[in-house]
Amino acid sequence: MIKTLTRRGLLQASTVAAALALGLTACGGGGNAAPQQTVNSDAVEAALQKGGKLTVWAWDQSLKKVAEGFEAKYPNVDVNLVNAGTGNDQYTALQNAMSAGSGVPDVAQIEYYALPQFALSKSLAELGQFGAANLDGTFTAGPWSSVQAQGGVYGLPMDSGPMALFYNKQLFDKHGIAVPTTWDEFLEAGRALKKADPKAYIANDTGDAGFTTSLIWQAGGKPYQVDGTNVGVNFSDEGSTKFAETWQKLIGEDLLAPISSWSDEWYKGLGNGTIATLSTGAWMPGNLVSGVADGAGKWRVAPLPQWEKGANSSAENGGSSLAIPAASSQAALAYGFLKYSNVEEGVQARIDGGAFPATSKDLASEKFQNTEFKYFGGQKANQIFAESAKNVPAGWSYLPFQVYANSIFNDTAGQAYVSGTKLKDGLAAWQKASVKYGTEQGFTVKE
Amino acid sequence: MSVQTAARPSSAGAGTPAPLKFRTPRLRSPRTPGSRRSRRSLALTLLMGLVLLYSLAPLFWLLVNATKTQDGLLNSFGLWFDGDFALWDNIARTATYDGGIFLRWFANTVLYVVLGAGGATFLAVLGGYALAKFDFPGRKAVFAVVIGAVAIPGTALAVPTFLMFSQMGLTNTPWAVIIPSLISPFGLYLMWTFAAEAIPTEIMESARIDGASEARTFFQVCLPLLAPGIVTVLLFTMVATWNNYFLPLIMLKNPDWYPLTLGLNAWNAQAGTAGGEAIFNLVITGSLLTILPLIAAFLLLQRYWQSGLSAGSVKE
Repeated sequence: MIKTLTRRGLLQASTVAAALALGLTACGGGGNAAPQQTVNSDAVEAALQKGGKLTVWAWDQSLKKVAEGFEAKYPNVDVNLVNAGTGNDQYTALQNAMSAGSGVPDVAQIEYYALPQFALSKSLAELGQFGAANLDGTFTAGPWSSVQAQGGVYGLPMDSGPMALFYNKQLFDKHGIAVPTTWDEFLEAGRALKKADPKAYIANDTGDAGFTTSLIWQAGGKPYQVDGTNVGVNFSDEGSTKFAETWQKLIGEDLLAPISSWSDEWYKGLGNGTIATLSTGAWMPGNLVSGVADGAGKWRVAPLPQWEKGANSSAENGGSSLAIPAASSQAALAYGFLKYSNVEEGVQARIDGGAFPATSKDLASEKFQNTEFKYFGGQKANQIFAESAKNVPAGWSYLPFQVYANSIFNDTAGQAYVSGTKLKDGLAAWQKASVKYGTEQGFTVKE
Repeated sequence: MSVQTAARPSSAGAGTPAPLKFRTPRLRSPRTPGSRRSRRSLALTLLMGLVLLYSLAPLFWLLVNATKTQDGLLNSFGLWFDGDFALWDNIARTATYDGGIFLRWFANTVLYVVLGAGGATFLAVLGGYALAKFDFPGRKAVFAVVIGAVAIPGTALAVPTFLMFSQMGLTNTPWAVIIPSLISPFGLYLMWTFAAEAIPTEIMESARIDGASEARTFFQVCLPLLAPGIVTVLLFTMVATWNNYFLPLIMLKNPDWYPLTLGLNAWNAQAGTAGGEAIFNLVITGSLLTILPLIAAFLLLQRYWQSGLSAGSVKE
């Protein structure tokens, strides 16, 4: 029996070790870039005329219409639109496919915060070779800087999320509370609202990495410094401190509803007046219309509250790009699709589908600016969003391992929302864990 | 117990009154030392009731909420019905939403279960029988491998399996889900021990002496004896394959080949993306429809399972 046991133990140990080793390769690999070919825009046009089958991994629903239009314009191209999962699920699948070297799509939807990770590992085709660098000025500043890394362009911005304050006007009016224009007023409004209606909260927040980094961005903070594989993580700068102090008060005074965004409870709270405001990206209206039918007519949009009175600063929240995996054998054709979707006709198709564009021209267009939102009582909300898009501070960057960093937010900084930990200490813990992981992954990380 | 009372008189000869009289008090005796025992059983009953409530409450919740519209879902008390009874409407919409892809997912799941769980059971029965009833070199090594394999969660093997299948060009095909499902170390182990207990070697020997081939001995003599074990393994592999999530998540990228678990998750995730429609009511109705076949399978198969348990208990 002892013999069997040892053999069994050995066997188990070796199998587990093998599994781990392979698993690690799967996570860390993907560095085999396809041979760089120099293709110019003529080659893209030629590829479009010649045609072929393009596999596109994207979860954005409005791309269906875009793909139809694209196929109609270029009849030889067949677009295979695949929803390979949303957000993280898709990145895992993409990483796996890249490691395995097969089943890699020709085009993939990648959110801005995740793009540096794929760009740095050379898993994506650099688009300058197709003339993407000439697109400077086509997109608003925030998204355009988000698709650049290492001095190259690694995706074309599909949509953007300049932030604004969505608020339940009916609720504010009922209690005679003014719509906040600064975060200090926001705090005051939260206190007043709680006093007037103990069941209502000024906002919901259970700890959200994307939201936290967006507000620090707005406050002028630059916690992440990225220069190739040299990375700095520091949450003690002025912007981060401003955010931590204000949010600490909101958490400490129980002014934030303990409801996670996107849950059914959240949809419910937005409809029944439990959650009074949402500070989020300009892509939100579509979700309100379909998910919070009860709120129609009650909700309005206002500029994002400011950190300094009279200031004019915003940030991006969410938004994604389309990128071309380096392993795709049809990069030129894929670039044709990217251009059609994100620069040419596809943009309008997506706007019609309720998406918020990243192209300056469309944001400035009369038609776009004058669109009246029935949901917001006929308000021309796009004017607020477009203004916000102009006011996003430059120079922000995400970590080249932001997907991982965001995944551990709730174990570190997020603890402040559920236990007695101070948000400041939580951010420090997040910083420490991020630095540790980055170092393990071979980055030179300094705090 | 009814088996015992029916069996005893016949073995004791004609139903003479004496043994009956003798037997009655013996049967009742466990109840008569009375008060202490019944109090204990009351506590047990209460505990049992709690456990029952605990396990049925989620099911009840699912059933109740499948009858609500998306609005009703958000605006009514979770554990009771809403004014509108939208169950039929929900079922119809679940079946037709997004071009009726739910039905496709359902068919996929059935396919994976029939080929995967069915195949796994078949292989486990063959293997377990062979290991229990035939002596050959390396049997102990197989034992070590099987026990080791039971201890490794499938999740840990998913990524290596993906890389291997990717080399073979099998990813994103139904085979990528079916082939790994065919292996059930636990099922093999269960069949092995069951076959060792349930098939008397003498029966096999007498079959051989009567001139039956090995295949015939297995299929006609031994297989019926294994039925309860087979049902048990089938239930286990069926549940595992029906609920399989991680493996298909890694292997499949084409929604046309998704099983229900992945498909419903995709619908659920839709509520959390920019521009995505929140369809919690369809997700809930879909979940209800997803568990119905499993419940049906349990109800249909459990009698074989039960008879198996009692069959063991009356054996000499």
